[in-house]
Amino acid sequence: MGENGAGKTTLAKHLNGLLKPSLGKVTVDGDDTTKKSVAQLSRKVGIVFQNPDHLLFSETVKEEVGFALKNFGFEPSVVVKQVERTLEALDLTHYANTSPFLLSGGERKRVALAAVLAWEPDYLILDEPTIGQDYQQKERLRNFILQLNSQGKAVVMVTHDVEFVAECNPKVVLMSKGRILAQGQADEILSDDGLIEKASLVKPQMAKLFSQLGEFGFPSDVVDVHRAKMLLEERLSEVKIRVAQSS
Amino acid sequence: MSGELLVDGVSVAAETTSELSRKVGYVFQNPENQLFALTVEKDVAFGPENLGLTRQEIRDRVDWAMDAAGTVALKDLAPYELSGGQQQRVALAGVLAMRPSVIVLDEPTSFLDPRTAEEVMGAVDNLRRENGITVIVVEHRLDLVGRYAERMVVMDHGRIVADGKLEDVLDAEFDRLSGLGIGLPKVSLLWSLLKRDGLVSERLPTHVESAVKMLSERLRN
Repeated sequence: MGENGAGKTTLAKHLNGLLKPSLGKVTVDGDDTTKKSVAQLSRKVGIVFQNPDHLLFSETVKEEVGFALKNFGFEPSVVVKQVERTLEALDLTHYANTSPFLLSGGERKRVALAAVLAWEPDYLILDEPTIGQDYQQKERLRNFILQLNSQGKAVVMVTHDVEFVAECNPKVVLMSKGRILAQGQADEILSDDGLIEKASLVKPQMAKLFSQLGEFGFPSDVVDVHRAKMLLEERLSEVKIRVAQSS
Repeated sequence: MSGELLVDGVSVAAETTSELSRKVGYVFQNPENQLFALTVEKDVAFGPENLGLTRQEIRDRVDWAMDAAGTVALKDLAPYELSGGQQQRVALAGVLAMRPSVIVLDEPTSFLDPRTAEEVMGAVDNLRRENGITVIVVEHRLDLVGRYAERMVVMDHGRIVADGKLEDVLDAEFDRLSGLGIGLPKVSLLWSLLKRDGLVSERLPTHVESAVKMLSERLRN
């Protein structure tokens, strides 16, 4: 996370060798990226760009999603199966024979994601995946990321979307002006006024709320609705009982 | 097409786009789509230059618009050199220089980091209050606009499904709105969950400040 121009996308492009470091070193599973081709690294690391139009070019959604699989040399029967599975998972089956360019911005973003997920890379890099997505699509994306995590895959997400991050509570790396400013669990980072200020972010609503309820002895690192509800439920039931007893 | 659309009582079908654009300024979702001049100042001046105004009038409008949108420091830069947030403000200045009575902003903050998004919304709200400009914002995230909006129109599949004061619509239609994929303010969501458990009874808050006030009152009891 970090402000516009912090260097998040530049860092992401180093992870599959699209950019090579001029200083320092980037390694993927111990391999120096300067010693590997983008093709070799891509098998492990899939990047979904912020703008889906930078990635899409095929005539149908089905071909788009099968393109990389064919290039990696998978058997035709595996390609067909894998394309079907991926389209199904991202709710795109009904668009299989449609041109990606006839779809809405949010749908094209999902096709771009499908095109990368199809070959099941070990590391998935998502650059601003929630832009242009409505709330239901975001929920779907969140569940999808959790599912990939449980399959042992790492997901790296570049984002400004503080509320989305607050609900997932992942590890956060905060960047500013090309450097790493801080790293830690999302609830620590997103409730830290100093860091939020430096990185041009704003606190999630729950963090704003609880930072102003300090006089009641609540913790200050509450960032998600679920935890907020549990804390308030407990306290409000006590208040309710007290009010009932005194009347 | 059926139906009728009126701006200031005049049907849009009877007006030309150039006439209408004196009244209604439109800021596109992607500011790159409307910036084209070599410097910010020239870009902002383009609209008024085409209205047949005197040099001094053009100068005054450009200065006012750049100041109101916070782009004075950028005036000699090329639009393509600017960050997304700066471009969004320049596009706004270009529209303001036309002195419209209505501004339409299509997802004005989707490309912006959260701090810049708050700055842009704050600047637009000042214009509304100081100059009486009507502002129409197309948005599916209510956490940002909840503090400013007076009226909310909810659309689904090409139709208006709710229309009223933001706090009324939010309170009455919360479940339906979440079903439509609208990003509702997290404080409203929290409140609706507490309400469901019978722990609070008031109407849903639309922004953090009102939630703080309502909760503080209850907890002090």
